[in-house]
Amino acid sequence: MSMIRVEDLVKKFGSITAVDGVTFEVEEGAIFGFLGPNGAGKTTTINILCTLLSPTSGKAYINGYDCDRESSKVRSAIGIVFQDSSLDKDLTARENLLFHAHLYRVDKAERKQRIDDALRFVDLTDRADDLVKKFSGGMKRRLEVARGLIHRPRVLFLDEPTLGLDPQSRSNLWEFITTLPKLHNVTIFMTTHYMEEAEVCDRIAIIDKGRIIASGTPAELKKIVGGDVIYLKTTDNTAAMKDIRKLFDMDVSEKEDEIFISVMKGDACIPALIREIGERVLSVRMQRPTLNDVFLKLTGKEIREQNGTAQDDIKSMVRSYRRRHDRD
Amino acid sequence: MIETNAVYVIVLREFKKFIREKSRLISTLARPLLWLFLIGGGMSRLVPGGQNVTYIQFIFPGILGMTILFSSIFSSISIIWDKEFGFMKEILVAPVSRFSVVVGKATSGMVLSTFQAVIVLCLFPFIGLRLDPFQIVGVILVSAVLSFALAAFGIVLASFYESYESFSVIMNFIVMPMFFLSGAMYPVKLLPEVLKIISKLNPLTYGVDALKNIVFPHETGRMSADFPLFTDLAVILTLSLVFVLIAGKAFERKQ
Repeated sequence: MSMIRVEDLVKKFGSITAVDGVTFEVEEGAIFGFLGPNGAGKTTTINILCTLLSPTSGKAYINGYDCDRESSKVRSAIGIVFQDSSLDKDLTARENLLFHAHLYRVDKAERKQRIDDALRFVDLTDRADDLVKKFSGGMKRRLEVARGLIHRPRVLFLDEPTLGLDPQSRSNLWEFITTLPKLHNVTIFMTTHYMEEAEVCDRIAIIDKGRIIASGTPAELKKIVGGDVIYLKTTDNTAAMKDIRKLFDMDVSEKEDEIFISVMKGDACIPALIREIGERVLSVRMQRPTLNDVFLKLTGKEIREQNGTAQDDIKSMVRSYRRRHDRD
Repeated sequence: MIETNAVYVIVLREFKKFIREKSRLISTLARPLLWLFLIGGGMSRLVPGGQNVTYIQFIFPGILGMTILFSSIFSSISIIWDKEFGFMKEILVAPVSRFSVVVGKATSGMVLSTFQAVIVLCLFPFIGLRLDPFQIVGVILVSAVLSFALAAFGIVLASFYESYESFSVIMNFIVMPMFFLSGAMYPVKLLPEVLKIISKLNPLTYGVDALKNIVFPHETGRMSADFPLFTDLAVILTLSLVFVLIAGKAFERKQ
């Protein structure tokens, strides 16, 4: 049975359709990535799954429970790390976890043990009794993940978990997140607009303008782009290109003094190329397709590499709303 | 259905934060002192007292009411802060009903306001009032019910506002007029007709009046309480229930 099932989900805010007929399933124990630019409908989908919003139409189920009708059962089964911190900064780390444990009816006998374990797990034992307002961004995120796991949820939602973190904290957090499904027997649903971060996912759905435009494993998605690109620098590019076309029947072109060749299995092609025209080659490099290339290929645009915040999302929504209405 | 675990932990959180914030504690206690001794002390030179009650004694129930009003509304308005800083989401996705959250918030307001009212109550010997233990218990009980009603009213207000900029609007256009038209500083029976009508629509009026009934039960004439104690209690008990139900409804809205 799949842990998350979403069928033809639609959510409209007035004239804006934030989610436009989304369907997907997530298997138990998987890390599922929801990718897309800011304002694509990722957070709206999460909010429906977390029972904070009712869908306009369509269905969403978690662990077999209807997110709209059986919200209490769904809430007990999920843990959430929101895009913007939802910690109480005037309480200590331990108090934040204690609040959560009470709210989710964690047994009195187990409460202290679970909180201590959680703090140790995210490496915050030393800071347990410090006020959260003194914490760094990375520490707050880790504390939020710990809090989301206190009540042993079946699904953990991570909405842009690395937003606003420095590169070091980001990679640490990812390393930590990938250990969760095994250690905590939890399914992970995460959103991000950093394409390179989605590589850790078992499956990915790419969403743009409220619609899923592609889904599959990272490797499957990269096949959409068509394969690797080999870049060559030679003593005489024109002659080399002529030879390559003649010998290999490959798609070759030249850009800024470099020859580039699109092939399916680049690593296997390089030895053959070198054997034939090796004496003329000055340098060779190969590039594997990234998920960013996939997005570029599917939508014709780059996912903006910006430090977006929820506020940017709202701003862009308001902007597009205004634009629409100005036209009317 | 009310989940006691949620009510308990919401109250615990508010109480911890309240105790931790020394400046808030001091400022909420400074206000009643200023009004009682500076305004009350000055005005009592100008305003003749009643039969057995001086002006400064007359405003004492009103100052208790003011303490409760400000602290209850402030406690509930913190919901707007919680929305702004994200903590509200932590509460909203938890497996507890919205109504339990509202009851938890209103109970927090009740606990904090009653706590502050009790501190202000300790000033009674300094203005020459004499209260027996029954009167003291009565004041505390009325304070508790009034706090709950006003905190629930505050939640209704908070559910209409999204950002903390609205805080000063609520303070200037709702809280201050409520205080001035509650019979706290002057008897309702002496007000002009229009203001009298507004006062009678003000929930705080009945709280302050109940406190007057308890603090000087034998007073008659213009400084006496305006309504019978039974009416006061019936109104504030009914309003507690009505406000908490409205607050629950206002809070349940899902987009």
